[in-house]
Amino acid sequence: MSGSERVWNARQKNREQRLARAAQALDDKLQGKIAPAAQLADLLYAVLEPGDRVCVEGNNQKQADFLAKGLASLDPARVHGLHMLFSVLALPEHLDVFEKGIADRLDFSFSGPQAGRLAKLAAAGKLNIGAIHTYLELFGRYFIDLTPRVALVAAQAADRHGNLYTGPNTEDTPAIAEATAFSGGIVIAQVNEIVDVLPRVDIPADWVGFAIQAPTPHYIEPLFTRDPAQISEIQVLMAMMAIKGIYAEYGVQRLNHGIGFDTAAIELILPTYAESLGLRGKICKHWALNPHPALIPAIEAGFVESIHSFGSELGMEEYIRARPDVFFIGPDGSMRSNRAFSQTAGHYGCDMFIGSTLQIDLQGNSSTATLGRIAGFGGAPNMGADARGRRHASEAWLKAGAQARAGKNTIPRGQKLVVQTVETFREHMQPAFVDKLDAWQLAEQARMPIPPVMIYGDDVTHILTEEGIANLLLCRTDEEREQAIRGVAGYTAVGLGRDKRMVENLRDRGVIRRAEDLGIDKRLATRDLLAAKNMKDLVRASGGLYNPPKRFRNW
Amino acid sequence: MSTSYLEASARERILAVLDAGSFSELLPPAQRVVSPHLGQLDAPVSFDDGVIIGEGRLGGKAVMAAAQEGGFMGGAVGEVHGAKLVGLLQRAIRKQAAGVILLLETGGVRLHEANAGLIAVSEVMRAVLEARAAGIPVIVLVGGANGCFGGMGIVARCANTVIMSEEGRLAMSGPEVIETANGVEEFDSRDRALVWRTTGGKHRYLIGDCQTLVNDDTDAFRTAAIAALAQSGPTALSLAALEAEQDMLRRRIADFGQADDPMEIWAALGIVKPQAVPMLEAETFTAMTERHRIQGTA
Amino acid sequence: METLNYRFANGSRRIKPAPELVGVVSSGNLEVLIEDAPGSGACAIEIKTAARGFGAIWEAVMQDFFQRWQLADTRISINDMGATPAVVSLRLDQAVAAMTEGGQ
Repeated sequence: MSGSERVWNARQKNREQRLARAAQALDDKLQGKIAPAAQLADLLYAVLEPGDRVCVEGNNQKQADFLAKGLASLDPARVHGLHMLFSVLALPEHLDVFEKGIADRLDFSFSGPQAGRLAKLAAAGKLNIGAIHTYLELFGRYFIDLTPRVALVAAQAADRHGNLYTGPNTEDTPAIAEATAFSGGIVIAQVNEIVDVLPRVDIPADWVGFAIQAPTPHYIEPLFTRDPAQISEIQVLMAMMAIKGIYAEYGVQRLNHGIGFDTAAIELILPTYAESLGLRGKICKHWALNPHPALIPAIEAGFVESIHSFGSELGMEEYIRARPDVFFIGPDGSMRSNRAFSQTAGHYGCDMFIGSTLQIDLQGNSSTATLGRIAGFGGAPNMGADARGRRHASEAWLKAGAQARAGKNTIPRGQKLVVQTVETFREHMQPAFVDKLDAWQLAEQARMPIPPVMIYGDDVTHILTEEGIANLLLCRTDEEREQAIRGVAGYTAVGLGRDKRMVENLRDRGVIRRAEDLGIDKRLATRDLLAAKNMKDLVRASGGLYNPPKRFRNW
Repeated sequence: MSTSYLEASARERILAVLDAGSFSELLPPAQRVVSPHLGQLDAPVSFDDGVIIGEGRLGGKAVMAAAQEGGFMGGAVGEVHGAKLVGLLQRAIRKQAAGVILLLETGGVRLHEANAGLIAVSEVMRAVLEARAAGIPVIVLVGGANGCFGGMGIVARCANTVIMSEEGRLAMSGPEVIETANGVEEFDSRDRALVWRTTGGKHRYLIGDCQTLVNDDTDAFRTAAIAALAQSGPTALSLAALEAEQDMLRRRIADFGQADDPMEIWAALGIVKPQAVPMLEAETFTAMTERHRIQGTA
Repeated sequence: METLNYRFANGSRRIKPAPELVGVVSSGNLEVLIEDAPGSGACAIEIKTAARGFGAIWEAVMQDFFQRWQLADTRISINDMGATPAVVSLRLDQAVAAMTEGGQ
């Protein structure tokens, strides 16, 4: 059989056929790459073929909602067997395509609002989940074995050539569009407006097949805004321990904060508590972080040198524009985010990740999985994992690595600080520390090959609760590790089950450090330590540039 | 360093507003005068039933004072809570206090206590009017997160002076109730900026339901309360004053009844940049608007 | 509601005569009333809580509290609306601090 029989450009020829069908179906309504919203269905029927891998851009924040609705409205007799790819499965339409028989296979990273319905559909056998990924992992597979054939993306604006401006909420678009465009696929973008001249070009027209002006602007969810009024005294105490016991201790200059009130409390006491400890310039200079409003006072106080973001945050646009030295800004003055690169920075370039969780077991495995919900992972596992491929050294990385390997006969290595912060009891007196993670049961229910763990115990270096900090790097045996965890688990069953003598010994060795051991006066742990105590304070701190979304106003 | 009135507990507020060290509590928690109803519903009680009452000094003058704790049942008024307020107002008359200072934060009637709660609020209304008739000025402070709603909103409006922060809200029906009854197009209760434009301190100041607008700061409330006490003239309701108030209300609904948004009202009152109003600090706001606002009579 | 009672003898620290109240009975919170109880000889604690079935945890928290302060001739009364042990310990410590500020 000679090699000349094989066709080597089948995908390109097929792409041309799809484009030809589209041109025929839209006729003179198609102007260059600009297609009319009223003919979205015609375009999709022309461009899609049964069995296609289709990526619908559902990011953490930006959603291609008009295109998703259009896809979910198609006739399954004409379009079926699709293999869906989502960073975030956020909209009802993302699951409607399965209920209607348009799609039958799914790979994704995070599911947030649809987690409950996803679990129900999975249990009923209506989906076929390939795998649940982290964001960067999924983007990586777009270039290996999960390459989209058709990508439905969202952008702020297009020009008449089909160049796209994605602006502050660029997010996942470059990764999705590049993989699709350069493998013979077709990119369709919904845009809020079509203009003659874009502020800047984020996605070149060469990568774009079609652009459509959606009837209403795509919705962006403010996920990273935390009202300081909701931060409790306990969270302030834990924030003080984090700063004195970890940030100062290791000299953490480069970091990522997971989402939540615990980390918002840390951000808000940098200008007050951290300043009083003389730490400005010594910690928290470089961030892989979305533009958290709670970080405004620390930026204004001179703690922060740089921030690269995964996406933007509603209301922060003008503040970001006014701080071009700190954020990543285009020549037009608006920010550009990029989830893939921020994830990479968080994985390899940061010395510490700190985030909250729902459950921790006796080995330090940390999970946010709950029964009846398939929520997925998002990006946290990339930040909350030791970066074994890393080679460059920093003070914090070397110190952590040395602590982990002290007394062992192994070659020296650094290690990333991965801190899990959690109150020992959650709402309704649910313990955060458990013998067995709910993830095991969820895996059985949802027929997953292994239990879904957000952060593995052997990556966790510190556990911080209102009871103190357990430094797992200094534990020499599995038993010590377990007792160190029990020692900060307070009055939960796990905590009450401690070996008191061992825990005392661990405290003497500094493996467990309580607030008093860190020299922290608990009476100072009040909300007065917050540089901003409410949303209005944040607006004032920004000089009036920050414009909070309506749901956060109380004026 | 400023102290947020909104964040402070009722106990902290009353101590911060009155002269330092002058407050002496009546029916303190140690006396355990608790709600007789909540136990039957297997609900937690509070030792002071959510309201602190007592005597003290304000700017040197002998006053009675009460502060509702918004954290307990939303500050709602039950039988004991209401009786404490009524008793305080009656005591003010007996002792000829220089004034009664009411730090209100409440959703109104405590529905758990049904008729007892309803009766309690109406008795408070009557007691406020009796105190005024006896020459005792009643000064209301509204600045808590729950606002002052329901029947107690009416009580506030019966006082001589209402002092509010922008974060405070004063109304009868709550935003969710309006939305449920009239639909989201009429009033979107999740549009918090709208809720505050409609019921918050600045709007109330501009349309004549509150006399003083202060920053969210216990010192600012204290200073305003002292000034209100010093300035209060005749406290009793007179026929002339009531007729003038009715006239104001008639004109108000005629002039502004068709407006879709409070900002239209502010513009109509002659305020040049109404959209800038929410972010102004209290002093700047007052200076800019006091000659434009509707002067409600007390 | 559940009512729990604990009594700890052999303490040594006395408190001032005037009672103090800390905290608020709001969701996830509690109020603590602390009073001098001369002649009772012990630290007596009564808890009325909206969260049923956590007796063992309350006992452990109260034991640790008594170990910290060793109060004698003291009566503590609590109205609780589902506070976590962290918040309970915090309020108890704040209550003792209020009794020992201004001179004991």
